[in-house]
Amino acid sequence: MAEVKSNYVDQRPPMIGGKYDLKTMTTKLMDVVFMRGFQKGWMFGFAIVFLGLLMMANTIGYLVLKGVGIWGNSSPVFWAFDIINFVWWIGIGHAGTLISAILLLLRQKWRNSINRFAEAMTLFAVACAAMFPALHTGRPWVDYWLFPIPNTMGMWQNFRSPLMWDVFAVNTYATVSLLFWFMGLIPDFATLRDSAKQPWQKMLFGMLAMGWRGDARHWSRYESAYLLLAGLSTPLVLSVHTIVSFDFSTGIVPGWHATIFPPYFVAGAVYAGFAMVLSIGIPVRKFYKLEDFITMRHIRNMCKVMLATGLIVCYGYAMEAFFAWYSGSTYELFMMKNRMFGPYGYMYWLLILCNFLVPQLLWVKKYRENMWVIMTVCMFINVGMWLERFVIIVMSLNREFLPSGWRMYYPTAFDFSMFFGTIGFFLTLMFLFIRFVPMIPIFEMKTLLPQAQVDEHKVAQIEEAKNDGKEPLGGSQPVPQFGD
Amino acid sequence: MPQLFHRGMNTLARLSIVIGLLVAGGGLMFVIEFNRTPYVTQAFQPREQPVQFSHKHHVGDDGIDCRYCHTTVETAATAGLPATKTCMNCHSQLFANSPYLEIVRESWRTGQPIKWTRVHDLPDFAYFNHSIHVNKGVGCSTCHGRVDMMPLVWNEASLHMEWCLQCHRNPNAVLREQKDITNMEWVAPKDHAEKGGAELAKKYNIQPKNVLTSCSTCHR
Repeated sequence: MAEVKSNYVDQRPPMIGGKYDLKTMTTKLMDVVFMRGFQKGWMFGFAIVFLGLLMMANTIGYLVLKGVGIWGNSSPVFWAFDIINFVWWIGIGHAGTLISAILLLLRQKWRNSINRFAEAMTLFAVACAAMFPALHTGRPWVDYWLFPIPNTMGMWQNFRSPLMWDVFAVNTYATVSLLFWFMGLIPDFATLRDSAKQPWQKMLFGMLAMGWRGDARHWSRYESAYLLLAGLSTPLVLSVHTIVSFDFSTGIVPGWHATIFPPYFVAGAVYAGFAMVLSIGIPVRKFYKLEDFITMRHIRNMCKVMLATGLIVCYGYAMEAFFAWYSGSTYELFMMKNRMFGPYGYMYWLLILCNFLVPQLLWVKKYRENMWVIMTVCMFINVGMWLERFVIIVMSLNREFLPSGWRMYYPTAFDFSMFFGTIGFFLTLMFLFIRFVPMIPIFEMKTLLPQAQVDEHKVAQIEEAKNDGKEPLGGSQPVPQFGD
Repeated sequence: MPQLFHRGMNTLARLSIVIGLLVAGGGLMFVIEFNRTPYVTQAFQPREQPVQFSHKHHVGDDGIDCRYCHTTVETAATAGLPATKTCMNCHSQLFANSPYLEIVRESWRTGQPIKWTRVHDLPDFAYFNHSIHVNKGVGCSTCHGRVDMMPLVWNEASLHMEWCLQCHRNPNAVLREQKDITNMEWVAPKDHAEKGGAELAKKYNIQPKNVLTSCSTCHR
């Protein structure tokens, strides 16, 4: 039998580095969870971000007591930091869904090491996002009015309003993301249960593993369920931010009323999401020495996704300007002029710097491999995407149709403490997640190990060679042959 | 490896799905229905007043018309509370020395109005006007119940929005002739909404349902 030879040599860096086998890899990934006590670095970081969480809690407390007047929102800018931050956070969540759902369907195996924490990021980002509209209502204790449940008002919600669609979009998104994330964790919880030493750990992980035994039937059902959920969340990647963009584009305000909004928002969301995955992934990779699992290949791929989606977003900026000019409408033209050269003009040019100019560095291969450059670019994108929402929301509202109603918007200290507070909240959850849940899917990483790469053709050859003229399959009973 | 959990946990795990749904659904139902109870709405709870004033006596026994005291009900948003002078019209002669009426006489002497306790309190974000209802054929007892049978007045309705909308969605069922507006014993005849009520709606020029149930009709 001749060896099947291939001239193809994969030039790309491997998806998994180092010399791991099934055991050493599992141990390394589980050690983070089973570690006794906490590392100093973790404690230090956690203390800082927990302060942020406390700041958020205090701001919310004061906000509920005093009302939304403590924010800078005022006529004519009634949507300001709260809605900017909502859209910003929702966007950040999108990378998680894209990585877990679309890349799964496209059989992109490099997703395996980053999907878990990207999904966790999605969940935490949605939690941060949902807080803003919920508090923006001013009466958070009646927020259940948002849901179509029987009530004492004898009426339903306004289903024609995109804000209502938003409630459904965000809730579906959060639910499906949670299911997806938890389902992916089940086999890993089972691994943890089997390796745990403490009885309480066994019980806890045993409950979370929901009776997973690694049975072939379990795996078969798991695979189909995972695939179904992936199919379910694929449209969500597109729909959620599309509907968020409807919040604006169904209004007639110049600067909002544009047909390009849905694709432009979705691309922006993926752009922001990957920037955040990298901003968190790179330090975590360094701190926990996970360079063998989150390899250069992952980082390179994510940089390329960012570059591509970033260019779509910049196309959106160009089209907004073009539409304003091509419409010939006084108000649209003025909106664009105000955006570029008005009192907030510097924000627009900062946006162009952050989202268009700086990320072009990623065209250069050398920079795609330099962590410092990538981190810097990601930070610029994180800021840039926030600026984009500021430009769209505040700068369209502060100078609308009637010049007598023009007024500048200035955020208050509480706007900032709420925003930075949610970043603290997000990072607090991230710290807890990294410490208490396997942040890299152990079982999915196993499929990437060389041991798992079963060449079925080769196996068949070996079987054949073994049986050639010797003991046939099935023991002493002769297997009927052709011609017998 | 020994079993971590007893076999029975399998059943419990499956049951937890049903129990979870029941708890979530039941909890929701409880909250909704709880909001409708008189414990929350304060309906059917007589309010103490500074003077022992009985509507049952004045309306039921004496037969005084509602508008004798609530004078602005046909012309203004509020029905109006009577001035002490209205009380004194009769009580300067009747029970003129009764200790129960000392508060009224004191108010009369000093000119300080009596501080009645409010019974019907709509939230401030709901705009309500008595005159439009009365002039378009909605009688007193439709909303306030049999005041002629209440020694101390209580709230007959929940004042929930669903209660307002009951009539705003189907006004014909409660419309009466102007002569019956303050009639406490009026009950809608059979098939009133289709027959008499529909005619009255035409006569009163009642606005179509989309106007009556428009947000800004009540939330201005």
